[in-house]
Amino acid sequence: MTSASPAPARPGPRTPLLRMLALQAARIALALFFAFPIVFMLVSSLKPDQQIFGDLDSIKAFLPVGHVSLDNYTGVFDRVPAARFLFNSIGISAVTVVLGIFVNSLAAFALSRMRWRGKKIVLSAVIATLIVPFETFALPLVWWVNQLPWLEVNGFHLTLTEGWLDTYQVQVLPFVANAFSIFLFHQYFQSIPKELDEAAVIDGANWFGIYRRIVMPLSGPAIATVAILTFLPAWNSYLWPLMVVQSEDLRPVMVGIQYFFQLNPSWGEIMAYSSMITVPVLALFVAFQRAFVSSIASSGVKG
Amino acid sequence: MTSLPSRPGTAAGAPQARRPTRRRSRRRESLTALGMVSPAVFLLLLFFVIPVVLAFALAFTNARLVSPTPAEFTGLQNFRTLLDDPLFYKSLRNTFYFAAVVVPLQGGLALVLALLVNAKVKGVNFFRTVYFIPVVTSMVVVSILWTLMYQKTGLVNELISQLTFGVVHGPDWLNNPSTAMPAIIFMSVWQGVGFHMVIWLAGLQTIPQDLYEAADIDGATRWVRFRYVTWPGLRTTRTFVLITITIAAFSLFAQVSVMTQGGPLDSTTTVVYQAVQTGYAQQQTGYASAISLVFFVLVLAVSLVQRFLTREKD
Repeated sequence: MTSASPAPARPGPRTPLLRMLALQAARIALALFFAFPIVFMLVSSLKPDQQIFGDLDSIKAFLPVGHVSLDNYTGVFDRVPAARFLFNSIGISAVTVVLGIFVNSLAAFALSRMRWRGKKIVLSAVIATLIVPFETFALPLVWWVNQLPWLEVNGFHLTLTEGWLDTYQVQVLPFVANAFSIFLFHQYFQSIPKELDEAAVIDGANWFGIYRRIVMPLSGPAIATVAILTFLPAWNSYLWPLMVVQSEDLRPVMVGIQYFFQLNPSWGEIMAYSSMITVPVLALFVAFQRAFVSSIASSGVKG
Repeated sequence: MTSLPSRPGTAAGAPQARRPTRRRSRRRESLTALGMVSPAVFLLLLFFVIPVVLAFALAFTNARLVSPTPAEFTGLQNFRTLLDDPLFYKSLRNTFYFAAVVVPLQGGLALVLALLVNAKVKGVNFFRTVYFIPVVTSMVVVSILWTLMYQKTGLVNELISQLTFGVVHGPDWLNNPSTAMPAIIFMSVWQGVGFHMVIWLAGLQTIPQDLYEAADIDGATRWVRFRYVTWPGLRTTRTFVLITITIAAFSLFAQVSVMTQGGPLDSTTTVVYQAVQTGYAQQQTGYASAISLVFFVLVLAVSLVQRFLTREKD
């Protein structure tokens, strides 16, 4: 995963063969421990309910054998508007990520590279917000967004509506500005030499030009980190949409799971739906392992 | 903050004639900077500062989520109700129970995992990847999956039975008041431990190699190396791991909401779950704000105590 940074070679006490084997056995056992539920989910998504429970007493629980079909997947689309939920979640996550990268990097740019009064206060205020968990103000936030106005476009008319409950924006805008993203961008921007700005100014660039043509193109790793750390909670969000979204058309994937428990739940279909909303993230994870892990590791610096 | 690069005209002894231009460009820089931070600051004010202030204000009112009449100031009424509510004490007890087990268990297991995969062995990247997979899986999906596995005749009991050659028959985990919380704890650690493994790994890699080499020259045993080189080298990582797991543990909600709805017999209800129930299901925003406020004070106090206990002692 982090093969770029060589694993620390410890020339320490020579490890005896037996010990090495024991350690490797422990690693393998732990791998099975972390992987078995996921494998069970994927395999069960292909089986009818009766067989899921029938296969439990043997290794078959983890193997795609027996009556294997995609019936559960077609069943999912019959039972819930799964395509709509996926569409909503993809849209909500994508817009949150794109706006988040833009808004937070812009703020971090001003905080790290420009000279202005009050910037130290703003920076420490932003960092201070990191210790407050979302759960502590989620409920007052529900009440608050229900009071907010919004401009709606109906054909050629603009109408002022009140209350953000049951909208797309209520699932996106509260999560765009993020103190931790600002902090990460700020740290990264500090490492880009400021002489580059100087050169650009001589070439006639303004501040926004420096941001767009010099700093951002050099900040790939920071952008990737922020993208991942914004995407995961957006895709996985559950508590918030549960409280603020009522209409089916606007629901994201995680809330959609509730539909399967209404009448005679089919575990096969539930596993199929769970696989459908998990596999895309797992695929992204496997493709971008290094960025994923280094972004999590970088969150360790905030302590 | 390092100083800005000197731009034309800012160098000492610059011709007097350039002064006004410089002042104007300085002012333009300030204005541009304000323009650049304002979207983020505006959004943080709107969706962070105001709701936090509201949590304090609404806690002293009878505000409801949807109400024809405006909220009225009710003083300490919500807090009095809260202190008389037996469910609140159960929530508090369960929340502490969960945190007290999860924090050392998850932190410790994560360190063991990090030490296991911080070796120069073939396939170590594969193991890191596999240990991390539950972290990228949504807690909602994980909760549903384990609800299936925790059934009386489910996979978990089947595995227990196989591993003990049929001697032990597991209980109906989630429907038994004494096993529901342990079951949720076990699953939560399974899901979250990979995250903190990566944090520990990042900490391990900041420890200078020559310290280990010096320890080897002194003929240090494995334990001595860990105790006197690795453990002190992880000081800041330790504080971070401790505080993040604690805050996450106190915020326990999704698992309870999906798997047990606080039951059986309120054995898994938590402070956040209770706040959501009253604030959302029963629409009592004022009362829910009071619970949130108590929760906030709790989290803050615990993190401050932890910071104090793990401070640099020299």
